[in-house]
Amino acid sequence: MTFTQNAARDRTAARESRRDQPQGGGALTPALGWFSLGLGLAQVAAPEAMTRLVGAGGGRREAQTMRAVGLREIATGIGILTQDRPAGWMWTRVGGDVMDLAILAGASSSRGARPERLAMAGAAVLGVLALDWLSARQESAAHDGHPAAREDGPVHARGAVTINRPREEVYRFWRQLDTLPRFMSHLEAVEPVDATRSRWRARGPMNTTYAWEAEITEDRPNERLAWRSLPGADVDNAGEVRFERATGGRGTVVRVDLRYTPPYGRAGMALAYLFGREPGAEMRDDLRALKQILETGEVTMSDAMLGRVRHPAQPDPRPVPHTSDHGRPV
Amino acid sequence: MKATCWMGKRDVRVERVPDPQILSPHDAIVRITSTAICGSDLHLYNGFVPTMERGDILGHEFMGEIVETGREVKTLKVGDRVVVPFPIACGHCLSCESQLYSVCENSNPNAAMAEGLWGYSPSGIFGYSHLTGGYAGGQAEYARVPYADVGPLKVPDGMTDEQALFLSDIFPTGYMGAELCGIKPGDTIAVWGCGPVGQFAIRSAFLLGAERVIAIDRFAYRLRMAEQAGAEPLDYEDVHSVLEALREMTGGRGPDACIDAVGMEAHGLGYALDRAKQAMMLETDRPIALREAIQSCRNGGTVSIIGVYGGFVDKFPIGSLMNRSLTIKAGQAHVQRYMKPLLNLIREGKIDPTFVITHTLSLDDAPRGYEMFLNKRDECMKVVLKT
Ligand SMILES: NC(=O)c1ccc[n+]([C@@H]2O[C@H](COP(=O)([O-])OP(=O)(O)OC[C@H]3O[C@@H](n4cnc5c(N)ncnc54)[C@H](O)[C@@H]3O)[C@@H](O)[C@H]2O)c1
Ligand SMILES: [Zn+2]
Ligand SMILES: [Zn+2]
Repeated sequence: MTFTQNAARDRTAARESRRDQPQGGGALTPALGWFSLGLGLAQVAAPEAMTRLVGAGGGRREAQTMRAVGLREIATGIGILTQDRPAGWMWTRVGGDVMDLAILAGASSSRGARPERLAMAGAAVLGVLALDWLSARQESAAHDGHPAAREDGPVHARGAVTINRPREEVYRFWRQLDTLPRFMSHLEAVEPVDATRSRWRARGPMNTTYAWEAEITEDRPNERLAWRSLPGADVDNAGEVRFERATGGRGTVVRVDLRYTPPYGRAGMALAYLFGREPGAEMRDDLRALKQILETGEVTMSDAMLGRVRHPAQPDPRPVPHTSDHGRPV
Repeated sequence: MKATCWMGKRDVRVERVPDPQILSPHDAIVRITSTAICGSDLHLYNGFVPTMERGDILGHEFMGEIVETGREVKTLKVGDRVVVPFPIACGHCLSCESQLYSVCENSNPNAAMAEGLWGYSPSGIFGYSHLTGGYAGGQAEYARVPYADVGPLKVPDGMTDEQALFLSDIFPTGYMGAELCGIKPGDTIAVWGCGPVGQFAIRSAFLLGAERVIAIDRFAYRLRMAEQAGAEPLDYEDVHSVLEALREMTGGRGPDACIDAVGMEAHGLGYALDRAKQAMMLETDRPIALREAIQSCRNGGTVSIIGVYGGFVDKFPIGSLMNRSLTIKAGQAHVQRYMKPLLNLIREGKIDPTFVITHTLSLDDAPRGYEMFLNKRDECMKVVLKT
């Protein structure tokens, strides 16, 4: 397997699995993301004005510091808004706030410094620090729900996608089961055993694999498919997928609901890896791949997604195996 | 191969990089013969677009010869000469079926990232940050083109590269900008920005039946080129208020439609003010031209935004927009929709897109091309790079 989405997914692995509630940190986090972005842009675009605004005097050194701080804020803002795991970036903000306080304290000794303004700016940063702290705590708490840390209750992953193909076709594709690994990044193989039973194999970290048998518990053609693992599974899990006609003949809405009960110890860790990042985000990526296969016949790939972890948009230096008929490179 | 790489803000270099390979059955590899630098590239160059990586290959306006095809490619064969549209589109999703190619639902492998910033993801774009896919661009000797049956258009024999190249972006973009105005006979259209995109918007507005076009910029040579197409020039640095100037020019009513062909890095009278706004943490983009376009448009008119914006803006005149029944239309160009009809216009001699070219350089000189185009040196309008 050279397909890098997998690599990318494996990379973020266990740390990110969230429990039950799809969103953790709440509404505060995106707001702080926007705040970071705006503040950073201001500091980069108008460092002199910003240094004056906070009362740190108007010198070149101060302006340079302000610009550097601004670049950090921009990176943090975009990081928070575009990353699946804002917790890390939120802690970056907390660290940044502490840095700002130190810079402001240092600035009070510089020429042209205005103590009242510096004090106001300091108070503002302290306020923001409190918010950041709160939000980072919330985000982290949301992540602490991953199976290695919490062993009670099932983990839920839900997702929906609209596919521009008839319901019958989408259902047929899914019902074959051995098609699932084409778009579910953590699955290696699903082999149907008989009409209702199948053997599943999934990838863990460091080339480990985990296996279980599953049985179909309900099969309403073109409408609903439900399954659950049989006793003895490395990972207890159950899932259902519903196929609904989209309005106006616009294809099929596929809704998936996966539940897995975090087992103990080794298997618990493994599960976190299996389901990659935050389960909801993982699910959305998988469903996007399903849509790509059914609508276009391949999983969309760009240069930056191949091979190594996060690298520039350049062709891969190594020969890349051509894709299989399923669209994913083999 | 050689390729133009983004190495940081205002730093592009021509580097040796690996040759592209076929990755998917619908791919083709193009040996590039001509490519161009776009105003959109300047937003990357100036560091205004997030998610760039040091080493990203730039370029989304290119054409050349097919040298390899994936096994599912049906309509192209080795040796075909093609021009490639800048949005990558699958051709099968609902957006593509509705000819909204630049919002293809399948072509951005980094859709999750774009959804974080914009709600939903637009299509992938060649050489245009990781937010729109992380695709290697076309300011290079070769490029991999996904969904090769959907995008590339065969160039007829006898047509030069220079005549066909701008079908990849700026001609369709300018044309779409004018088409979004819903022009009726007798209409007056005002165009902010007389760069390459503005120039094509001006000419397209006339082609679509506008009676008058008013062209707004501050560079005399750009205004002159607009005048050559029949537009009335308006130097925004010469007037106290563009709104007032347009009011006067249109007999008190305002232009029927306004095209923003400037985008997020606008200059102008509000520039200092917007820096102050940025200092108050209120915006990422400078919407100076856009604000003017909205304020200046006649009651019930249309504002067409083809200049690129990335994030959020402050003091967006929503009151003017709402109370005066304006319509806003916008988008990255759905290039695939326009390529054939515009190719025909070129063949019929209705327009010769080469008018816009001021500099032809070798690919090796790309860094100089960027610098010249950015700083409007030597009356630079459009740089074409040859391999
Ligand atoms: N929508 C699309 O599909 C698409 C495609 C290509 C380019 N673009 C965008 O179109 C815009 C223009 O591209 P270009 O290649 O012509 O770039 P350009 O930079 O050469 O042109 C921009 C022009 O706008 C002028 N300008 C700046 N501030 C102004 C103001 N306040 N009022 C009037 N004019 C002002 C500049 O002087 C310049 O001549 C860019 O934002 C680019 O990203 C969009
Ligand atoms: Zn362009
Ligand atoms: Zn599409």
